[in-house]
Parts: sequence; structure tokens; C-alpha cells
Amino acid sequence: MSKKKTKKRRTKKSDTQKGIRIDIISKDRLSAMAPMEKIRLILDMVRSGSIVILERGLTPEEEAKLIEMTMTEITPDDFSGIEIESYPGKQRTTFLGKLLGKTMFETRLTVVGAADQLKTLKRDHDFISALVSVRS
Amino acid sequence: MGVIEKIKKNLPSWAKKIFKKKRARVGIYGPPNAGKTTLANRIIRDWSGDAIGPVSEIPHETRRARRKEGVVVNANGATIALDIVDTPGLATKIDFHDFMAYGLDEEEAKRRAKEATEGVIEAIKWLDDLDGVLLIMDATEDPFTQVNVTVIGNMEARELPLLIIANKIDLPEASPARIKSAFPQHTVIPISALEGYNVDKLYESIANHFG
Repeated sequence: MSKKKTKKRRTKKSDTQKGIRIDIISKDRLSAMAPMEKIRLILDMVRSGSIVILERGLTPEEEAKLIEMTMTEITPDDFSGIEIESYPGKQRTTFLGKLLGKTMFETRLTVVGAADQLKTLKRDHDFISALVSVRS
Repeated sequence: MGVIEKIKKNLPSWAKKIFKKKRARVGIYGPPNAGKTTLANRIIRDWSGDAIGPVSEIPHETRRARRKEGVVVNANGATIALDIVDTPGLATKIDFHDFMAYGLDEEEAKRRAKEATEGVIEAIKWLDDLDGVLLIMDATEDPFTQVNVTVIGNMEARELPLLIIANKIDLPEASPARIKSAFPQHTVIPISALEGYNVDKLYESIANHFG
């Protein structure tokens, strides 16, 4: 995001006293939580207007579950869903893993917000650009 | 899942070849309007002379998964019987206002949105019951969507075969190369499901990947 845009938004924020809350959850906290606990926490934060940043993301199965849970909560004129942005995960196979047919899947940083607040501008393997807006 | 199935699922890839399947349940996944039903209709028409469902320019036309069993594909000397599951479009957000932009009245748009959310849930649940996935992407769009990343991640985590299909190559702005560079670890087949371009190559890849 350019400095010019940041400055402009700060001015607007001070005029209206509105802001955007960002909650950053560490990988240590995430790893201590059960999948459904993580998903409930994320959805509750997002629905209350926060942008949630997960230091180590969600597993693919958890991402699918998050989408599934989101769908159950969509209601007209209230909540239209979420925007998720994450770098693609990485597969890692150790020698022992190869023998046993097991692959480690490494998750990466993930950003989640309400669909009416967070908009992806550009994304690739190692770069995410997003536009975050204040709820009206 | 039976004991034998569990053992087979956990075998390394070299051992899985011993149990090579000749029948596979394959799901067609992708975001709304990528051409999932058009592709399903193309495959089923080419190999069984039937069709699976209607297509529309309005997103989320398919809101219930549709199945067609025993579609036998012969390509490159290999034969495979496919159970094809045409799934509803995956999305992380569904806003009924988007449907009103296509001329639907508010009540109809809200009903479609509600059904679309149920369709997404059904599509996700199907991931647990498949032998492989055809992930279809619109080659005119940015491939780095969360839906694509999530489906690919789920297939990789389950170690199930995945073929990426870069659809709509009949359109001048299509860029299958962008999809190949986004997901270099997977086979990408550029096709036009609507016009039938390059579908022979797709059938060869299906026979090799899922057979």
C-alpha cells in the first residue's frame, strides 16, 4: 500500500473516529487449539468486524471446514461471507515419510476478513495485496 | 472405510501402483462459472451420449451435486470407468445482490443465494468421498483464488490425484500459461469445454491420472 494512501486514510480515520481492528494470532496459540475452536474464534472475530491474521494459517481441511461453517452463517443483508487470503501451502516429504507414504503439509500465513471489508487486489506464491475498508 | 481400504489409502505411491484402479469417482470442482457443468456435459456426451445438467451465465446455476456413473473413457490404449460428480461452485462469499444484477428479483435472488450456500457445503462434503478431482479454472481469470488454493491443498493433503483444467481457451484473453506458472507442481490441461478444443488430450490425461 502506498504511503500516500495510508496518509489519506489516517486523516479520514481521525475525522470520523473509525478504525479497523486487526487481530494477529500466533502459531503457538493456534497449535494449542482444536480445529473447531480455531474456526469458531475466526468467525466470531470476523463477524465482529476484525481482520484476522493467522501466523501459521489453517490446514487445507480446516480451510474447507471454515468455508463450510461460513456458508451456514450467511444471511441476507447481514453477513455475506468471508474473504480468505493465504499463500499456497508447501508439501514436505522426509525419507521416513516416503517409506511410510506420509507427506507433511506446511501451512502459511493467512488473512481472513468479512467479504464486505476485505478485498484481494493481487496474490501470488509469496505476495498478498489487499484492500481493507471500514464498515459503513 | 474398511480395513483393506485404510491400508491401501496409507500405502506409499509405489505400492499404490500395484492396486491401480480401473474405476474412479472423480469430482469436478472449481469456482462458479468456470465451466464445471459444461465440462461434465462434454465428457458425458462424448462417452455416453447423455448430459448431466443445464448451464447458465448466472453464477451458482448448479446448486446440488449431480452424478453420472459408469462413464467409460478410452484413451491412449487405457480404459477407465468414471463416476463423475459435477459439484456446485465453491465460494467463500455469496451475496444475493450479485444475482439481482442478472435480473433476478429480490426474493428469487435470496432463494438462489440460500441454495448456493447449501451447494457449497455439499461440494465440500464430497471431497471426503472421491478418488480424484478435476479442478477447472477459467483461463481468463486470476488463478490465485482461495477456492483453488483450498481444493489443491485438500487434494495434496489427502494425496489424491488432481488434474487442473484451464478452460475457455477459445477466448482471446485466455492465458493457460498463467495457471501453469501458478501451480507448477500439477498437470495443467488447456481446453475449451464449450468448443471441444484439446479434449482428446484431456481424456488421455484422465486415463493416465485416474486409471
